[in-house]
Amino acid sequence: MSKELDSLRKQLESWESHELAAFLKKSPERKPEFRTLTGLPVKPVYTALDLAGTPPEDIGLPGQYPYTRGAYPTMYRGRLWTMRQIAGFGTAEDTNQRFKYLIAQGQTGLSVDFDMPTLMGYDSDHPVSEGEVGREGVAIDTLADMEHLFDGIDLENISVSMTINPSAWILLAMYIAVAEKRGLDLNKLSGTIQADILKEYMAQKEWAFPIRPSVRIVRDCITHCARNMRRYNPINISGYHISEAGSSPVDEVAFPLCNLITYVEEVVKTGMHVDEFAPRLAFFFVSQADFFEEIAKFRAVRRAYAKIMKERFGASNPESMRLRFHTQTAAATLTKPQYMVNIVRTTLQALSAVLGGTQSLHTNGMDEAFAIPTEEAMKIALRTQQVIADESNVANVIDPLGGSYYVEHLTTQMERAIFEVIEEVDRRGGTIRMIEEGWFQRRIADFAYETAIKKAKGEKVVLGVNKFVEPDEKPKIETHPYDPTTAQRQIARLKQVRSTRNQRNVDALFARLVEVARDENQNLLPITIELVRAGASMGEIVERLKTLWGTYRETPVF
Amino acid sequence: MSNIIRVIIAKVGLDGHDRGVKIVARTLRDAGMDVIYTGLHRTPEEVVDAAVQEDVDVLGISILSGAHMTIFPRVLKLLKERDAEDIIVLGGGVMPDEDAAALKAQGVKEILLQDTPPESIVATVRRLVAERGPK
Repeated sequence: MSKELDSLRKQLESWESHELAAFLKKSPERKPEFRTLTGLPVKPVYTALDLAGTPPEDIGLPGQYPYTRGAYPTMYRGRLWTMRQIAGFGTAEDTNQRFKYLIAQGQTGLSVDFDMPTLMGYDSDHPVSEGEVGREGVAIDTLADMEHLFDGIDLENISVSMTINPSAWILLAMYIAVAEKRGLDLNKLSGTIQADILKEYMAQKEWAFPIRPSVRIVRDCITHCARNMRRYNPINISGYHISEAGSSPVDEVAFPLCNLITYVEEVVKTGMHVDEFAPRLAFFFVSQADFFEEIAKFRAVRRAYAKIMKERFGASNPESMRLRFHTQTAAATLTKPQYMVNIVRTTLQALSAVLGGTQSLHTNGMDEAFAIPTEEAMKIALRTQQVIADESNVANVIDPLGGSYYVEHLTTQMERAIFEVIEEVDRRGGTIRMIEEGWFQRRIADFAYETAIKKAKGEKVVLGVNKFVEPDEKPKIETHPYDPTTAQRQIARLKQVRSTRNQRNVDALFARLVEVARDENQNLLPITIELVRAGASMGEIVERLKTLWGTYRETPVF
Repeated sequence: MSNIIRVIIAKVGLDGHDRGVKIVARTLRDAGMDVIYTGLHRTPEEVVDAAVQEDVDVLGISILSGAHMTIFPRVLKLLKERDAEDIIVLGGGVMPDEDAAALKAQGVKEILLQDTPPESIVATVRRLVAERGPK
């Protein structure tokens, strides 16, 4: 130990036995122990002694390996994060209107929320879709819908994120077909499909096929985009849904890195070098309620990713080691009681995402616990980001918490915890096997249960729910109305497409789809692009492949 | 027959939000009830079948997709057709208050929304079963 640290240690010991001890005698601390949301113990104060476990090169500088302090050397001094409010309801026309409203309010990126049938790969006229068409998101069945969705929107100049998983490659095929029809340059398109199927089996639970063919689809999206769409992110490896399903903040970033490892291994097997596709891998995390732990989490996952890509996969291009991520504030922290307080919660969560160096951000609406958001709720959520960006001055400096004894210490602790999870998964046979065994699912359910118990006991405070409760409150809130004609309008267009397409052509293409799907070495994208152009619907494509691959049924653990 | 309360907890519809439903299932099991969880994406027909076959006291259905106004009435109708209206139907999920009120008017005995404390879920189930009396 250096002389300075030695003297600091003495000073700290003296403080503990004098100033602190004297104070504690008069009045003890509020609680017997303090912990982060993950459960890591929190000391009363941190000093340079707590940086002993963090080599200076692990902290580094922004835009420099291992990217702890930020993905880019200029960060928000160069360009602010993308303000990307997710939107989707009703038919494509309805959502197109909302997109245009958000762009007019200063939003800088688009994000599409699909309805449950679209997310699960069913057409709007399938019996299981009844009651769900256009309800929680926008209904998309065919290319005709996709054209209406982006009508009048300049796709070469705004990035579009699509939250879609088991059927992601079909939506990507439609997106490509729209762009080609308009004569756009595919290499100028930017945005992402989520296409992160492994976290579906872990947490979000939207699937169509068994795990293996689903991972092959992800591989096909990554390799197709690497060859044909230079600026497009073919995947958004997500922790958000893992957190919303109840996981700890550490698991929220550790599990996606387990999934990353599986995807990279699959793509490398095709003979593609890691540096050919890794620069376009992107991530999506939550910003939870523990302000400093979240900032440390974002910094830690950047560092862990850089090390994995370099050391495990031999990446040599810096772009392959630079973790870029979208953030959404934590919907599950928002409440129905005293719902205006949700604006404050969201503000703090948004601020930790910005201090953690996010590349884009969605802030939740105050009406999150009621229904999908109204225009007004989304406007306030967007204004929240704009206040942080334009009024608070926090975007003037990069990683302002870098060097904070607490945040650096926590960053290193989070990174270690991430690697412990990855090592355990490696040791026990890898991610897919551990999903099949329900290991991830059980860890998520256990943490969710513990959280529920802590809330019930009041150990985890939720204002309006277990503290400062207003029993007589009658919330007055205007919620987003559901247009009952949605399903009818949507199904009418689907029928119209089916009745006007060249059925013989579609049948021939379906026969080729099955051939391509049977041969693992082929890529599903080109034939799917042809199919959607010919008027095949998403549900038909999924159904055809289910006859070949089967479907997935989870053995639930609770 | 023992007086252990038998419960089926089900996810009906397409949404995969199972955080709440698993907490409810575990809470009721830990309170000494006999709990079956159906897993995700079940149809109203499947869960009503299971409820009748398993001779449960309570059928709890969680929906967070917004399709509650379609799904609950169908479940109630199917129970009536099967002459199984003595099975207590509980709902859970995210929905506007007026929808919760409408569903209760139609025969759903209680709607347990987000952040309902575990002990009050247990108390609600016990109260409703006691009010109904033995099957």
